[in-house]
Order: sequence, then C-alpha cells, then structure tokens
Amino acid sequence: MSLANAFTMVFVSLGALAFFASWVGLLRFPDALSRLHALSKADNLGLGLVVVGLLPQASWPFGVLKLVALWLVSVLIGGATGQMLAGVIHANAGQISDDRETRPDTGAKSAARANPETAS
Amino acid sequence: MTGFLLTAGVFILLTVLLGLVSILRGPGDAVRLMAVQLLGTGGVAALLLLGSAIDLTATTDLALVLALLSGFAAVAFSVALGRAPAASSDDRHGSDPPDDSPAGD
Amino acid sequence: MPGLPLPDPRWADVPLALASLGLALWLTLTRRDRAAVIGFTGYGLLVGLVWVRLGSVDVALTEAALGGGLMGLLLLIAVRRLGDGTALSPPPALLTRLLVGLLCLAVTLGLAAVVLGLPSPAPSLVEAVAQHQALTELGNPVAAVLIAFRAVDTLLESVVLALAVIVLWSFGADRAWGLRPRALDIGPPSSALLLLGRLLPPVGLIVGVHLFWTGADHPGGPFQGGAVLAAMAALVWLTRLGEPPPVDDWLTRLGIVVGPLLFLVIGLSGVVVADAFLGYPEAFTKPLILLIETAKTLSIAVALALLVAGPPELPGSMSTGQPATTESRVTG
Repeated sequence: MSLANAFTMVFVSLGALAFFASWVGLLRFPDALSRLHALSKADNLGLGLVVVGLLPQASWPFGVLKLVALWLVSVLIGGATGQMLAGVIHANAGQISDDRETRPDTGAKSAARANPETAS
Repeated sequence: MTGFLLTAGVFILLTVLLGLVSILRGPGDAVRLMAVQLLGTGGVAALLLLGSAIDLTATTDLALVLALLSGFAAVAFSVALGRAPAASSDDRHGSDPPDDSPAGD
Repeated sequence: MPGLPLPDPRWADVPLALASLGLALWLTLTRRDRAAVIGFTGYGLLVGLVWVRLGSVDVALTEAALGGGLMGLLLLIAVRRLGDGTALSPPPALLTRLLVGLLCLAVTLGLAAVVLGLPSPAPSLVEAVAQHQALTELGNPVAAVLIAFRAVDTLLESVVLALAVIVLWSFGADRAWGLRPRALDIGPPSSALLLLGRLLPPVGLIVGVHLFWTGADHPGGPFQGGAVLAAMAALVWLTRLGEPPPVDDWLTRLGIVVGPLLFLVIGLSGVVVADAFLGYPEAFTKPLILLIETAKTLSIAVALALLVAGPPELPGSMSTGQPATTESRVTG
C-alpha cells in the first residue's frame, strides 16, 4: 500500500475517533461548560485530522487549497463560537443548563414572588 | 481507498446522529445547541469523506457552506439570550432584573 | 492490505431516515419554543444530508444556506421577542388538534401512496433535459431547467420575494415609515461575536459569489449564493458593524427589484427577438443568462437580508427584548 494511502487511513481513523470522543463527552460530562469543552476541542480536532488525512487524496492545487481553506474557516469559527457560547452559558447559568417549562401558570409564579414584598 | 473513506464517512455520520439524543434529552438548551454544532461539524467531515463517491466538487462546496454557517446557529442562540427576558429570569444572577427583587436580598 | 469493500449505503440511509422522523416527531410534540427552534436547525442539517443522499446537491445547498443560517436566526429572534414564558393565547382545543393531526396524516399517507405507487422506472424528464441542455451552454441541468426551460416559474418566484419584503415592511407602525428596521439590533455584541462579525462576512462574500458563479456547471446558483450573502449581511447588522438601510432608501429598493425587473425586460424583449416570451436569441443565450442570474443573485441577497432585518421600527421599541405583558403582571 502506498504511503499516501496509509497516511490517509491513519489520520482519518484518528479523526473518526475524535468525533466519537466528542459525542461521548457531550453525553456524559456533568455540566454545560465541560460539554462545551468536549465539543469545541474534540470535534474541531476530528475535522482537522480528517482534512489532513484527505490532503494526499485531493487534486493539486485547487482541491488541496479548498480543503485547507475549509479547515481554516472551521477552526476560526470554532474558536470564536466556543468563546461566545461559554460567555452565554456563564451569564445565563440557570436558564439554559436545565429544562424548565416555558409556559408557567399565568400569574401563579409572579403572584408568589410579589407576595413576600407585600407581606413584608 | 474508496471503501475505507466511505466507511469512515458512515461511521462519523452515525456518531453525530447519535448526538441527536442530546437534543431530545437536554438538559437545557445549551446542550441542544452543542448537539447541533456537532452535527454540523460531523456533517462536514462526513461529506468530505463521502464526496469521493458522489461528486467531489459539489460536496466540498456544500461542506464549505455548512462550515461557514455552523457558527450561525451559535450566533442566533447567543442573540436569543442576549438579555434574559423578565419573566423567567431568576434574581440570583444580578443581570439587571426589573423591579421585582424579592425582599430577602 | 486491500481497501475495505464498499459499505452498504443502507447503513447510512436507515439511521438518517429514522433520525429525521424521530427529530420531526419531537419537534412537533415539544412544548419549549427555544429548544424546538434549535432542534429545527439540526433538522435542516439532517434534511440537507438526505438531499445529498438523494443525489440533489443543489437542494442540499439551499437547505444548508437557508435552514442553517437565516431561518434559525429569524426564529430565535422571534422566540426572544415573544418572551419565554408568556402564553399569548390559550392553546387550541383537543378536538382541533386531533383534526389537524388527522389532516396531516392524510396528506402524508397520500404523498406516500403517490410516491410508492409510481411505475418503475418512474416517468421523468431527465432525458429530455439532457437532450436540449446543450442549447443553453450550461453544464448544470438544474440551472438549465430553472433559467431556460421553466423560466416563467423562476421569474414569478423572484417577484414573490420582492412582494414578501413589501408585506413585511407593511407591518411597521405608520410613524416608523422611513426609518430603519431594528429587529437585529439586539445590543452591543460580545467580543467573540464581534470577531465573527469581522471574520465571516469577507469569507462568506467569496463563498456566496463562488456558489453563484459555479452554478452554471456545478450545483449552486443564484439562490444559494444569494442566501449565503444575505446571511453575511444579517451578521454584519447583528454585530452593529453596519446598519440596515432605512426602508425608503432608493438604492435598496433598486436592489430588490433589479432582479425581477431585468428578468421581465429580457423576457419581454424575447417576444420580439426570439419569438417567445422568455425566449433567448441563440447568439446571446449564455451572456443573457449570466446577466439575469447576476441581477437575480443581487436581488435575492438584498431581499432575504431585509426579510431577516424586519419591519421599520421606532428606536427603543420592542426589540430590546422585554415583552410588555410580563412587566405589567409582575409589578401589578
């Protein structure tokens, strides 16, 4: 088997493994921020490994350039998105890390909140 | 080589499809969004791998569009939560709640 | 070691189909608006992959550009404005819901019966298109059908888009006429969002133009290119790196109509020059098609971006995200 094919097989397999790890992390980590960590590191790594693995198979020059451009775009977006999501998760910790009903009983919740004020 | 690439593509696709379980389960919308992101990135990888069997130029273009717009869901999500709406925000965050701070502060 | 044998495509098809159905079911049943919108974005990606599997990358591109980009943004902004927790009206009665469900089921079963009952091989116009495609000098059969063989449909679609913008603008308050749309004016962007707003649009511009240009011979075309360009414009407006134009700006209005107008003019001139409405004279087919498609891309991009930007609004109105009803309930 040629060197290029061996290279591709190794890197693509590693990439697939990274995606699997990302999925496991998403499912099993305890809270939103650590899941975000799993997501942004592992799946960008997976994509990078897959792209690197595909480089020997791509046509030169435009195929290779397109792949590299795609990878660069993903990395940049992934980094910025990870930061942005982390900020959002941190600022809205209560609301989006668990599921609460979006339609509470009309009036009951706010009445309960208003009562301590009027009672005190 | 084609057989290997296709198998790897299918494997990655199946993995990120399993991530959809996270959409259903949650808990919380942040995890759901992350599952969508995973689907996007995994979709890009799967398309690149499966593209060798279909039409490589076209699938690479599609992968490029997916990669570009994968950030959009996250942008939309952060926009939707920009300022916590009054009704369901609890006061413990101190992120400017309107007049209803409870007496025990 | 020899390469692995080709995997059976059903390994990918069956999970894709099951996942799409399962997600669609969950989307219909869930009570949480924001979760449903996020799931809907994921659903768009799944459907895009299904289209690839069905061999139609053009449609997959449209699905990715619209579903992944613009629709998610539009819907999440709507969820934000409606507020998470206000029931605006009582939910429909059980009987209504049952009837709607039965109607949807009937439509689904009808479609399934039609598709599964097609004779095999199913009747199609693929050969007819392939025979005459050479006349249009386009390599992409989808583009040939859209711009040459069924140009009337495409013309009408581009007019519909312009009409949609007009209808959306009519939702603005009378006093707000002439002002800028503000639905995307959410607040100062975080630094990460600002980075995305500076990084993505130039790349998106190139990708959008590339998609339009490559549509002549490969999957792509004006709609896909225009959708990506619109998404980039929405991002720029979102991050406050630019502002949506006021609704009485003549240049914007020109941008919206130039596509359908040019298409119409060329179509009408075809009556004189080429014996048919929307006929193209043989010598000028490719240049005319390119001209129409360029104008179309511009109009689609402008119209879609304006559809996301919303109706004209007075500054300091609802878009700050605090629905009026909850405030009156809490302080009351």
